[in-house]
Amino acid sequence: MPLHFQSRPSLVAYLTIGDPDLAASRAIALAAIDAGADVLELGVPFSDPVADGPVIQRASERALRNGVTLRDVLSLAADLRRERPAAGLVVFSYLNPILRFGLEEFCAAAEQAGVDGVLVTDMIVEEAHDYLDAMRRHHLAPIFLAAPTSPDARLERIAAVSQGFVYAISRVGITGAQQSLTSDAEQLVARLRRFTQLPIAVGFGISNADHFAAVGQFADAAVIGSALVAAIEQAGAKAAPDAVARFIQGLLTPVGRPAGEPDLRGPVPEPAAQSQ
Amino acid sequence: MAAPAIQAVAGRFGPYGGRYVPETLVAALDELDHAYAEAQADPDFHLRLDSLLRDYAGRPTPLYFASRLTEALGGAKIYLKREDLLHTGAHKINNCLGQALLAVRMGKKRIIAETGAGQHGVATATVCALFGLECVVYMGEEDMERQQLNVYRMRMLGAEVRGVSSGSRTLKDAINEAMRDWVTNVRTTHYLLGSVLGAHPYPTMVRDFHRVISREARAQILEKENRLPTAIIACVGGGSNAIGAFYEFIPDKDVRLIGVEAGGRGPALGDHAARFSGGSPGVLQGTYSYVLQDDAGQIALTHSVSAGLDYASIGPEHAALHDSGRAEYTSATDAEALDATLRLARTEGIIPALESAHAIAECIRVAPKMSPRDVVIVNVSGRGDKDMGILVRELQLGGR
Repeated sequence: MPLHFQSRPSLVAYLTIGDPDLAASRAIALAAIDAGADVLELGVPFSDPVADGPVIQRASERALRNGVTLRDVLSLAADLRRERPAAGLVVFSYLNPILRFGLEEFCAAAEQAGVDGVLVTDMIVEEAHDYLDAMRRHHLAPIFLAAPTSPDARLERIAAVSQGFVYAISRVGITGAQQSLTSDAEQLVARLRRFTQLPIAVGFGISNADHFAAVGQFADAAVIGSALVAAIEQAGAKAAPDAVARFIQGLLTPVGRPAGEPDLRGPVPEPAAQSQ
Repeated sequence: MAAPAIQAVAGRFGPYGGRYVPETLVAALDELDHAYAEAQADPDFHLRLDSLLRDYAGRPTPLYFASRLTEALGGAKIYLKREDLLHTGAHKINNCLGQALLAVRMGKKRIIAETGAGQHGVATATVCALFGLECVVYMGEEDMERQQLNVYRMRMLGAEVRGVSSGSRTLKDAINEAMRDWVTNVRTTHYLLGSVLGAHPYPTMVRDFHRVISREARAQILEKENRLPTAIIACVGGGSNAIGAFYEFIPDKDVRLIGVEAGGRGPALGDHAARFSGGSPGVLQGTYSYVLQDDAGQIALTHSVSAGLDYASIGPEHAALHDSGRAEYTSATDAEALDATLRLARTEGIIPALESAHAIAECIRVAPKMSPRDVVIVNVSGRGDKDMGILVRELQLGGR
């Protein structure tokens, strides 16, 4: 499974699929992989994204206006798997679209598409019995969130059932950019390490090269979500793939990672300016 | 229907309920669950709550024999459970007093809430004033317009009302924003959820705080009629007044429990909030229950003239009562609810909330088919002062 984090820090890039449209999402995803993203989180738009801040809410609304569904996300995953066999692909969704699709049917389709793992924002380990069974049958890595508010006993349970990596939430709150990283993230990663050998990715509020490098000091990977989505929003469909490639390059170069060669055309967005 | 593809630890009603939330909230839900269990075992908590319910809120509420409505409908004897007479004008205060006491026990000084019709928001603002707690209420902008009086009441009581402009700008969107606030401020804040919705322990806890409705009604009807009623009728948005009115009658198998959803403008998806006829099982805002949704699992928009019933899901215990057949669920349209409001006002001198008017509308349909030996209790969950703006417009009361 290509959920390997070879470089340090590795980069997990979140995209809301269907924003600004499905064809653009494909081009953006390919550009992100080519620029150096190790894992893509393919965000399934949902009408009621309670864990998300305004940037991803707006992206979800745009994607839903385009009529994008979980089925479209899985088709795109299959396409990306053919085009970029080494990229890590994670479906990132709220639970209801998956339940409506059918849990078993979804897992079968995701496996068929070549998806590596699944993260369901509102699925907690205590409710995950059948979910974990279905994931196991279809060789999908269940990825769970760990929060600064999760006590050790929960972290242990989360670590026990996770595969691929554990997603550590950097701070108490919803998704979205912030000025500085809190100490919550480092403490949480240290607590998690006691219970797991899996790589740990830190996400929520990581929006610039400084954050990215700082997370690299204590975690295996950083997740860039709202900042990328904001860059896409700002660039528009046509310029978004380049904007995303440059953004990723701006994160990787300062930490000495060889970034891919994006096609350098159009205006250069300033990564730090994406903070809300 | 297919078995749900998910399993549970606690807070299940048949397959429904559970806890589907972002991980960040789980510790707070555990803390609340624990605090609630401790409080339940503490006689002082019950003494304190009972005394507030009696001296502050005005319990017990009367069970009133509606003789003119009974006569006009020419069938069953109709009794009204007068939750509309409670302080703040609706049953919502029962739950708010209970949860405020819990918040104080947990040392949380900031309270957030969602509100649809504004009745839960007013009740929350009221208990926050009473206990000296900071209060933020999320309310959809459409609801702020149509229930303006309640916005002013909340502000008068010292609460901050935050308008929500996403989605359909109604109750569901207000809950989304309240959940986002809670995820962000969970360490200092108690989310005073206003219905039997959301993740465990809310559906159980909120139901328990409203059980007093049926506990009183059962004793009152036995005293007045020396028999149990033929049917209990209550409106169902999230379902808090209905579960409160049903609960103590659930073991009384001969008592029909009738929940009335919002039929809105008609049966097309988006025009109503009738979850059982138009929805299917799914997860919304922390709980597994019936949900109005499209084929892709996106939550549908809803419509009702009544802001308190205008919601895409329903409390999970109602889902279980529906599937088992123990309770029946039907709906009343906007027009039927408006007619019922006028009817109750003119026959009994009681202006019900538009939510409660849906229950009256069902009573108007079923009572004439019953015999005079039958007894029906309608839960009048709230009063209609807040709806005067809508009533003026819809019933053309503004003429010279």
